[in-house]
Amino acid sequence: MDRPKSNLLLIPERPVGIIGYGAYVPRYRLPAKEVARVWTGKDSGFPIKEKAVAGLDEDTATMSIEAARNALARAQISPEQLRAIWVGSESHPYAVKPTSTIVAETLGAVPHTQAADWEFACKAGTEAFVAATGMVGSRMMDYAMAIGMDTAQGKPGDALEYTAGAGGAAFILGPAEESLALINASYSYVTDTPDFWRREYQKYPEHGMRFTGEPAYFKHIFEAGSTLMREIGSTAADYQYAVFHQPNTKFPQRVAGMLGFNKEQIAAGLLVPTIGNTYSGAAMIGLTAVLDIAKPGDRVLVVSFGSGAGSDAFDFSLTDKLLERRKFALSTQDYINRRTEIDYATYVRYRGKLAMK
Amino acid sequence: MMKDEIYIAAVGQIPVQEHWNTSLRELAALAIRALKQECQLGHPDSLFLANMFAPNLSNQAHLAALIAEYLGWSGIEAVTVEAGGASGGAALRQAVLALRSGMVDSAVVLGVEKFSDKIGADIDVALATTLDADFESMHGLTPSAQAALIARLYFHKYSIPSNALAGFAINAHKNGAGNPFAMYQKAISEDTYLKAEMINPPLNLFDIAPNADGAAALFLVRGDHPAMRQIDQKIKVSASTLSTDTLALHDRRDPLDWRTVRWSIQKALEQANLSLAEIDLFELHDQFSIYLPIILESAGIVTPGEGWKLGADQWTGLSGRIPLNSMGGLKARGFPGGASGVYQAVEAVNQLLGRAGKNQLAHPHHTLIQSLGGPGATAATHILSCE
Repeated sequence: MDRPKSNLLLIPERPVGIIGYGAYVPRYRLPAKEVARVWTGKDSGFPIKEKAVAGLDEDTATMSIEAARNALARAQISPEQLRAIWVGSESHPYAVKPTSTIVAETLGAVPHTQAADWEFACKAGTEAFVAATGMVGSRMMDYAMAIGMDTAQGKPGDALEYTAGAGGAAFILGPAEESLALINASYSYVTDTPDFWRREYQKYPEHGMRFTGEPAYFKHIFEAGSTLMREIGSTAADYQYAVFHQPNTKFPQRVAGMLGFNKEQIAAGLLVPTIGNTYSGAAMIGLTAVLDIAKPGDRVLVVSFGSGAGSDAFDFSLTDKLLERRKFALSTQDYINRRTEIDYATYVRYRGKLAMK
Repeated sequence: MMKDEIYIAAVGQIPVQEHWNTSLRELAALAIRALKQECQLGHPDSLFLANMFAPNLSNQAHLAALIAEYLGWSGIEAVTVEAGGASGGAALRQAVLALRSGMVDSAVVLGVEKFSDKIGADIDVALATTLDADFESMHGLTPSAQAALIARLYFHKYSIPSNALAGFAINAHKNGAGNPFAMYQKAISEDTYLKAEMINPPLNLFDIAPNADGAAALFLVRGDHPAMRQIDQKIKVSASTLSTDTLALHDRRDPLDWRTVRWSIQKALEQANLSLAEIDLFELHDQFSIYLPIILESAGIVTPGEGWKLGADQWTGLSGRIPLNSMGGLKARGFPGGASGVYQAVEAVNQLLGRAGKNQLAHPHHTLIQSLGGPGATAATHILSCE
C-alpha cells in the first residue's frame, strides 16, 4: 500500500507492525440470566449471554502477565529486548504504584525499560498501542509492549453488572519487517463527553444511561472509523475483518452497519456475548481473535472507544509471518472455551462485593 | 371568516428525540424558527409557554420570560402554563382566552420540554411530581405504576385478553413510520409487542410512551388580524375547553370513568355545534396505551368495556372509522412533556391543510385534540376545523 498523504493520520517514519500478540480470559463465567435471577426476575432481553469473571487470585496485573507471556511466545524475542511495558486499564490494583512494573519485573524485562500505567476508560490500551507505535516508529526502541486489561467493576444490580467482564490482550510492536500485522495508519478522535466515569474513592462507576450511546459510543467510533477510511482512501469492502469496542452485543453490530460493515466481517472479533465487556481489553482482545483465524494479506479495521470520550482507529495488513507465529500460544477461543460457570453468590465472593468489616 | 373567531395562522415543530446537545432555550428557538418559515410573526403580543419539568430537570423556573428574551421578544407578555401532561393543551386554551378577551391581538403558543438534562431516577422523580405528592408519590407511586394499576383494574373488570392493548401500540408505530418528526419511525409487529420487556405489569415497553425532548409552536390570531389576509386555507379553533378532576386516583368514584374527558369533549362539541360523528380525526393522549380505551369509553365513543377492541386497524387506523393519533401519538412520536399538546395541534393542522405526507387522511374537516394531565386530572380539549 502506498503511504497515504494526510495530516490527520498517524503514520510512523519507520514502518511498524505487531510482532507478537497474546490474549487472556479468566475461566469463570457468570451468565446474564443469573444476574437477572437475583435482581430483576427477567428471563430474556439480556445485553450478552455471559461474562468472564476473574478468580480470587487474579487481578489486572496477573492477567496482564498471562497475556504478555503469550505475546512474547509469539514474538520470539527475549523479554529484555522490550524497552517499554505499558498497561492500559481502569482496574489497576493500586491507585498509586504501577501495574506495569509488576508486569515488567515478572516478565524479566527490567530494568532498562519504560513502564507506566495508562488510563482512558476503555481505550487506555489502544492509547498505549499508539504510543508504542510512535516509540518504535521513531527508532527510539525496537520493541514496545502495549496491554489493555481489565477486571471491570459493575455496581450490583446496575445495568453494567450484566456486562462488566474480565480479560484483555497484550501486543508487542516492532519493525515492520518482523511483523505479523503491519500498521498502515491510525487515527484518534477525542472530545470532552462525560458519558461514564468513576471519581476517586468511588467503588463503582456511574454512567449517563442512553447518553452513553449516540453522543458517546456511536459518534466517536463512527467519526474515528470513517475519518481513518476516508483519509486512507478505503471503504468497508476493503477489509476482511473489523473489530469495534464492544460494551454489549448490539452497539458494535449497529456501529458496524453505520460504517458499512456486514455481520460476517465483525463475527470473528465480536467476543462480548461470551466474555462480557473487557473494557480496556475489549477491542484489543477482539483483534487477537481475528489474528487467530485470518489469512496473510487480509486487512483489518479496529476502532476502540473510551468514555470521556475518544476512539482510536487502526488499519492493519496481515503478513505471512502470522501463520507460524500464532501457533506459539493458546488461541483466544481456547481461553473462551475454558469455562467454569459460577453462581451469583460465588461471583460476589470472588469480586469482593461483601463487606467483611 | 369571522373577525372574532380565532385561527391558527402558522405551526412549527422539531423532531422529537433525545436532543443531548441542544439546550431548553435552543429547542424553543428551533421551533420558533420553523414557525417563522410559515408566517411573518413580527413581535407577537403574547407568549404562552407550555412546560412541565424545567424547574426539576433543568433547574429553570421563570421560563417564559427567559425564552421570550432569547427569541428577541423582550417586553411582550409571556407566562409559563403548567398543567402536568396537559400543559400544551392548557397553554393553547390560555391563548384562546387572551385573544377572545380582546386584550391581545396575537399569541404564540410554544411547548418545549428537555428531559435529557437529567437521566434515570431524576426523571422518575420529576414525572412523579405530577401525581398527588402527599397521597401518591410520597408512597412511591409513579405515573407508569399508576397507569398499570388502572390497567389491572380494567383487565380484571372486563376479563379481557393480555394482548388487548396491542392494537393501539401497533397502530401508533405504523403511523410514526410516516412522520419524519416522530421519535420512532418503525412499524412493529404483534410478535414484537408480545415479546417486549414488561415494565409495569401488565404494561410492557410498548404500552408506555417514551420521554423525549421536543418543541412545537403555534401562532394564533383573530380573524381581523393582517396575517390572515395572506392565508388561503384557514384553520379555525372552533372549540376550546378545559376541565379538572382529582389528582389522586383513589379519590375518584370510578377510576375507569374519566369525567374530565367527557365534560371537556361534550362542551367542545357544543361550542363547535358538532356531533362526535362529525369529527374526522382524534388526537388523544396515549402516554400509556391503557389511557386510550378509557378515553374512548369516557368520551362516549364506545360503551364501557369495549374500548380495547378499537385498537384494531379497521377502527382507529388511518383508513379506519375513527382515525386516531395519525402521526404516531405520544407512543411513537414521543412524549415531550408539556409540548405534547402543542404537537397534537401542529399534527391536526397539518392534516387539515393536507400536509401530512404519507399519513394524510382524505379531506378531514374537523379534528378533536385532547391533552391530558395524568388520568384525566386535567383535560384540555380543542376542535380545529378547516374553513
